Amino acid sequence: MIIVDRRPNPKGKSLGNRRRFIERARAEVKGAVMDALRKRKITDTETGEKVSIPTKGIDEPSFRHGSTGGKRNYVVPGNKEHVVGDEIERPQSGQGGKGGDPADSGEGSDAFEFTLSREEFLDLFFEDLELPDLVKKRLSETASPELSRAGYAVSGNPSNINLIRTMRNSMARRISLKRPKLEEIEALEEEIERLAHTGPEMLWREAKDRLEAIQRRTRAIPYFDPIDVRYNRFERVPKPNIQAVMFCLMDVSGSMTERMKDLAKRFFMLLHIFLVRRYKTVDLVFIRHTSTAQEVDEETFFYSRETGGTVVSTALAEMDRIIKERYPLDAWNIYAAQASDGDNFGADSGRCVQFLSSLLPICQYFAYIEVSEGIDSFGDRRMDKTDLWRAYAEVAPAFENFAMRRVGDPAQIFPVFHDLFARNKAAIVNQEP
Amino acid sequence: MPDTIEKGVPLFEGADWDYDKLKVAFDAIEKIAVEELGLDTYPTQVEVITSEQMLDAYASVGLPLMYRHWSFGKSFAYNEAMYRKGLQGLAYEIVINSNPCLCYIMEENSMTMQTLVMAHAAFGHNHFFKNNYLFKQWTDASGILDYLAFARDYVAKCEERHGVGRVERVLDAAHALMDQSVNRYARRGPLSFAEEAKREQERRAHAEQTFNDLWRTVPTKATLEGLDSKEAAELKQETNRRFGLPEENLLYFMEKHAPKLEAWERELCRIVRNIAQYYYPQKQTKVANEGCATFVHYEIMTRLHQKGMLTDGSMLEFLHSHTSVVSQPDYDDRRYNGINPYALGYAMMEDIKRICLTPTAEDREWFPEIAGNNDPYGTLRDAWANYRDESFILQFLSPNLMRKFRLFRVRDDAAETNMRVDAIHDESGYRELRAALARSYDLSRREADIQVVELDMAGDRTLVLRHAVYDGVLLDEKTCQMVLRHVVELWGYPVRLIETDAVTDAVMKTHNLAPGT
Repeated sequence: MIIVDRRPNPKGKSLGNRRRFIERARAEVKGAVMDALRKRKITDTETGEKVSIPTKGIDEPSFRHGSTGGKRNYVVPGNKEHVVGDEIERPQSGQGGKGGDPADSGEGSDAFEFTLSREEFLDLFFEDLELPDLVKKRLSETASPELSRAGYAVSGNPSNINLIRTMRNSMARRISLKRPKLEEIEALEEEIERLAHTGPEMLWREAKDRLEAIQRRTRAIPYFDPIDVRYNRFERVPKPNIQAVMFCLMDVSGSMTERMKDLAKRFFMLLHIFLVRRYKTVDLVFIRHTSTAQEVDEETFFYSRETGGTVVSTALAEMDRIIKERYPLDAWNIYAAQASDGDNFGADSGRCVQFLSSLLPICQYFAYIEVSEGIDSFGDRRMDKTDLWRAYAEVAPAFENFAMRRVGDPAQIFPVFHDLFARNKAAIVNQEP
Repeated sequence: MPDTIEKGVPLFEGADWDYDKLKVAFDAIEKIAVEELGLDTYPTQVEVITSEQMLDAYASVGLPLMYRHWSFGKSFAYNEAMYRKGLQGLAYEIVINSNPCLCYIMEENSMTMQTLVMAHAAFGHNHFFKNNYLFKQWTDASGILDYLAFARDYVAKCEERHGVGRVERVLDAAHALMDQSVNRYARRGPLSFAEEAKREQERRAHAEQTFNDLWRTVPTKATLEGLDSKEAAELKQETNRRFGLPEENLLYFMEKHAPKLEAWERELCRIVRNIAQYYYPQKQTKVANEGCATFVHYEIMTRLHQKGMLTDGSMLEFLHSHTSVVSQPDYDDRRYNGINPYALGYAMMEDIKRICLTPTAEDREWFPEIAGNNDPYGTLRDAWANYRDESFILQFLSPNLMRKFRLFRVRDDAAETNMRVDAIHDESGYRELRAALARSYDLSRREADIQVVELDMAGDRTLVLRHAVYDGVLLDEKTCQMVLRHVVELWGYPVRLIETDAVTDAVMKTHNLAPGT
C-alpha cells in the first residue's frame, strides 16, 4: 500500500470549470447581481454575494421517462397495513411519495443558489461600467503630525516615566554599589536582640557597630536616585491620515426617480470601494435633502421617499455642521459626493456657492454628479444647464479638488468616476484618442 | 473461532490519525481480508485529501482527472453551497476503479473512520471492481487514468484551437446523449484506453476517407424518382447495412456518421461515450457493489474488535456510522428516497451468509444450491463476481428478507383512478415482488431505450430515432425537446423521434425537429 498526501496539491482545481459556469450563466448571474445590488448596502461591496439564478440556461437535459401516464410498478419497503387489492390514492405530482422512479432529476429545483466571490461580484458589477485596465489615482495625502515613541529621555514629564527602565537602572546601581539588602539588616537586628539577652557584651557591641555601618551605607545609597529615572520620549512625525469620512449628499425630492437614485448609488458605491482600499477606516455619512436636510441611515437614504421643494444649500450646511461636530480636520480626510438632478430653488444657488467655497478648502475631494433621465451624455444638454450646474460651474475653476459631471446611463458611471479620480488630467487626455 | 484467538493490542487509540497508524491499520485489515475473507484486490493507493478537494472530486463525477466543462463548475457550486449550509455532508471516501485502486480519504475523518473507509473502499469496492464480470468486460482499470489525462489534454487543446464556445457546444450535446451512448452487448474484447489514445490519429484519417466515400454515393433526388418499391427497399437495406442500423449507441453513431462534424468534434463524442461506458458497470451494480463493500467493512471491523485490535470506543463509533448508512426508511417516511442500495445490498449479503450457515426449511426450498453449504464467503465471492443488480436480486432475494423489509408492490395505471397494491410479502407475492424489484434495477428499462433506426438517405437526410415504449411510459416532453435540439446540433439535419410501443410497434408519439428552429 502506498499513502499519498494530496493535500498540498494546488488548490482551485475547479476554478476553470467555475469560470465556464459563470460565463455560461452570465445573463442570469448578471441579472441576479444587479438585483442583489439594489438590495445590498454600499458598505457590502467588500464581500461576496449569494445569488440565486433560474436554472433555465444551465439545464443539463437527458432523455427521461415522463412522470405521468402509462403503467408503472413500484416496489417499496415498510408495508404496514396493506393487503393485495388495496387501493391507494395517487399522490399529487411532485410529492414523490412513491419515489424510486428513474425520473429523479438530481437537483431539479427551479432556482439554483450559489455564492459569488468578491472578485467575481465586482467583475460582474463593473462589467457594464466598462472597467478600464487600472484605476490610477493619486490623491494628495494630507499629512498631519503625530506623536510617535522614540526611545528614552533623562528628562521629561512625570506622567511619561518609564517604570521598567527606571527600575532596571535603579537595580543595577544598587547591585554595583553593594547596597545592603533588607534581609541582611533584619538578620543582624535579630542577632543583636539575641546577644542582648544571652551573649557576651563584646559581641553585642560589635554587632551594633556593624548594624550602624550598614544603616549608614543604606542611607548613602538610596533605593531610587534621580539618575535612575528614564522617561518615554516622543517625537512628532508627519503621518498620513488613515481615516476618511465620505459624505453622500443626495436630493430626494420627488423629481429624483428610482433610476436616478440607482445611478447615484452606483457612484457612491464606487467611491466607497475606492476609499476602503486606501484608508483603514471609512465612515459614511448620508445626508438627504429636500427643502431641509437631515442626516439619515443608509436604508432611509435610498429607499424612503420625501416630498417637498429642493434647497440644496441645506445639505451643504448640514455637512458643514457635522464636520465641525464630529470630524476634526487633522484626523479625518473628507470626501464628499453629491448627487442631484440639478433642480434647485432659484435664489438658493448663490448660497450653495458660498457654502461650497468654504467647504472645498477642507475637503480632499468633492464630486458633484448630476444624474439625468435617459441616455443623453454631457454635451447634448450644454444649452439647458440647470441652475445648480451653472452655479457650481462658477466655483469649479478655482478649486482643483472639485469635479462635476453629468451621468445619464449606467455605462457612463465608470468613465466619469475614472475621469474624476485621475490626478494627472493631461495624461488621461493623452490616453484617450 | 473468536474464542481461540488471544486478545491483541488495539491498533490505535483516540481519534487522531497519522501515517503510521494508517499503515498499521491497513496491514491488519489486509490480513483479515485476504486470509479470512479470501478477497482478491488491486494494489491500493490511499490518498489523503481535504474537504475542498473532495468537492472537486464530486464536481468531476468522482474522477481524479477530468476535462473542463461548465457543468462540473455548476455541480461544484451546488455541492459547495449545500456543504456550507450544512445540508449535506461529504462522503468519507471516493474510490476509483483503477489499477492501482485509488482510494481517497478525507483528512477530517477520525482514525476509526479511516479504518472503516479503508476496509470499505480499499478492500470491499476494490475486490468488486477486480472480480465482477461487468467491470472485467467493460472497463480497463489500468488504463483509465491515462485515458482521462489524454481526454483532459485533448479537450484543452481543442479549446485552444477552436475556442471554448465551440467545444462547449459539442460537449453539451454529447453529455445530453450520454445515457444512450453505451454498448449494452459486448462486441469485442475489453476496451484498452491506452490503445484508444494511440489510435486517435489513425482513426481520424480513416474516418475521413470512408466518410467522404459514403456521402458521394448517396443517390440524388433525380435518380430516386425512377425507383420502384423493390429498389427502394434495397436502398433502405443498403443504408441500414452501411450505417449499421439499428444502432443503440447514439454517440457512436454520431462519431462515425454525422456528416457535418469535424474530426475533433467526433473525437469529443468518443471521449464522452468512453466515459459513459466506463460508468456503465457501476450504474448496473449499485446494490451489489455497495452491499459487498458494506459487508466487507462490517466483517473486518467486527473481527478487528473481536481480536481486541479495536477499542470499544472505536467500535461504538463505527457502529453508529454503520447503522446510519444501512438504514432504510419506510415508504411513508419523510426521509424516504427510494430503496437505499447500502441497506438492501448489505442485508442481502448478511442473508446469504445466514442461508449458507443456518438455513431454515424455507431457505432450503428456495436456495437448494447454497443453503447450508457452510461456505458463506465462497458463495458471496461468486455472487460478487457473476451478477449485476438485476440478476443478483432475482437470484438471491429471499422471502425472509422481503418480510424483513416489508416490501410490497404498487401498480400505478394512469387509466385507473387509484393505485392498487398487487403483491405483498406473502407466499403468493414473493416471486412477483422479487421479479418486479429486479426489473426496476434493469438499466435498459430504467433508462429510456432509444436507438437510431432509420436514415432518410434519399430525401432530406432526416435521422429517425425510435423510443421503445414499455407500459405506455412516454418520454418527458420538455427535456425530450431540449435533448433533440442537441441531437440536431450534432447531426446537422432534421431529426425525428418516434415513440412506439415495444410490443405492438404502434406509434404513440412523434417529435420532429429541424436545424434552425
